[in-house]
Amino acid sequence: MDRTIAIDVSHLSKTYDSYRAVDDLSFQVYAGEIFGLLGPNGAGKSTTLRTLITLLHPTSGTATVMGHDTVRDADKVRTLIGYVPQERAIDRFLTGREHLQLLGALYHLTKEEAAKRIAELLKLVELEAHADRPAKTYSGGMKRKLDIACGLLPDPKVLFLDEPTLGLDVQSRLRIWEYVRMLKARGMTIVMTTNYLDEADQLCDRLAIIDGGKIKTLGSPVELKIALGGDIVSLTLKETGRISSLESDLTGRPAIKTVRATPKGLDIRVESPEKALPAILESANRLGCNIEFIQYNRPRLDDVFIAHTGRAITESIPESETV
Amino acid sequence: MGHYWQEISALTMRWVRRLSREKFSMLFTLVQPMLFWLIFFGNLFQRAADTQVMQAPNYISFLAAGVVVMTVLNNGLAGGVDLLFDKENGFLERLMSTPIHRTSVILSRFIFVMAITSMQVLVILGVAYLFGVQPATGILGVAMILLIGMMFGVGLTAISMAMAFSVKSHGDFFSVLGFLSLPMIFLSSALVPLTAMPGWMSVLAQFNPMTWAIDAVRPLILSGWTEALPHVGMVVLVMIVFDALCLYGGAKAFRRAMG
Repeated sequence: MDRTIAIDVSHLSKTYDSYRAVDDLSFQVYAGEIFGLLGPNGAGKSTTLRTLITLLHPTSGTATVMGHDTVRDADKVRTLIGYVPQERAIDRFLTGREHLQLLGALYHLTKEEAAKRIAELLKLVELEAHADRPAKTYSGGMKRKLDIACGLLPDPKVLFLDEPTLGLDVQSRLRIWEYVRMLKARGMTIVMTTNYLDEADQLCDRLAIIDGGKIKTLGSPVELKIALGGDIVSLTLKETGRISSLESDLTGRPAIKTVRATPKGLDIRVESPEKALPAILESANRLGCNIEFIQYNRPRLDDVFIAHTGRAITESIPESETV
Repeated sequence: MGHYWQEISALTMRWVRRLSREKFSMLFTLVQPMLFWLIFFGNLFQRAADTQVMQAPNYISFLAAGVVVMTVLNNGLAGGVDLLFDKENGFLERLMSTPIHRTSVILSRFIFVMAITSMQVLVILGVAYLFGVQPATGILGVAMILLIGMMFGVGLTAISMAMAFSVKSHGDFFSVLGFLSLPMIFLSSALVPLTAMPGWMSVLAQFNPMTWAIDAVRPLILSGWTEALPHVGMVVLVMIVFDALCLYGGAKAFRRAMG
């Protein structure tokens, strides 16, 4: 499929002294998709993001946003992007409206344009009632909403979100996800970093798993899970003597990838559970196998992450790899 | 040019708003130097200080120039603090990811610090006036004092911002600040004339740009133009060199921090 490329990263490296934060990274983000950079802290996600928003110059390699180089055409890139930083980048003494007015001036909007857009954004993130209170009175979720409104003020082509739901309660988290989906529906391209697997799984059209400054794998969540070898159906049989006959009956059937005998039954890797499960049950019935227990496991993104990085995302990075 | 001005005025307004929301801190910023130094210290040493050594009618009138320049020093050295917090909480990144001229944030800070400092200097001269200190060179002399203050302040603010961009944590920043401020004051002609200092201190004080500023401001307050002009000419030269060095260092630190 031929799709418009919004962001093109080519052989990007960023070195601090002797530490390679990002090591020869190449990927593309298509227009209109939600693209995730997933990895543990210190993996190089934020460095990559900061390069894309023109705040870091790569040591080597290039990155373009909507065809504009992030170093040579930095000013052009800055007019096309919105940025929601990881920290609550809020001035506690300013009101929500004053934050947006300040940014309006920095994007060179006229007072009228700014006022119109600010009213829309405050409504969108449901902060109208609190717009004229200093931000120090805001809750964590409200600050995050203001952060997002700030990122949306320039009406960006590409929105960058750095850990958008870090430290938020469940409700605020779901609300932020809602916004992100709505923005995608409006045609915005969204690039986000996250170290929450469920967030990447729920939101991202495609994602890159980054570890140690390198891309370990890239694809849609579904593709990445399928690439692991499909879902697993585990059968426990009442009569263990029938295991081998069922195994040979199922091997090579459509929608079934591999069949492996276990002490109490079978582990069957399947391509699509909808097609495989009836076939498995039909075989078992026909051969007179009494099934005691069926367990069905869909590989989770956790499994993908572990398969590609050798550890769970929550495990800290070995000392030698951190700055 | 229109854009540049729009950016700078919006960013400067932000500093003004912040200060106006911190009323308590504003009061202390404005009152502290004259309260502690001019009123307490000045009156405390009124009789202990020898007017022959001071070459002034009384200690307060001698101290006024020192307090003016001390205020410039403290405001200048603290000028980068807000940028330090902006850097730490990500606000600076948010600002720098917008299509603004790279110097707008810094310039807004210079404008703000200079404006606040000038207001404080005027308040100090006003309080000194209440204690009977009348600037010998009149309104024009006061304008000259403000100019000298700004020239010194630009360099100091540049140092402060360079530190804000370079330090790892704000703990480091405040340690260095505390370490710099008092020695700068003691090793200058702010409290005692150079002639009355122990030899080694007066030698060190001669290398302190603060001494040059005070030595120009003092005759503007105490003596008159004929006495002051040579010092004023000298301090302008010294400050041009001082500012050039500080701005060069500041620009380097800024470029390193901002890629």
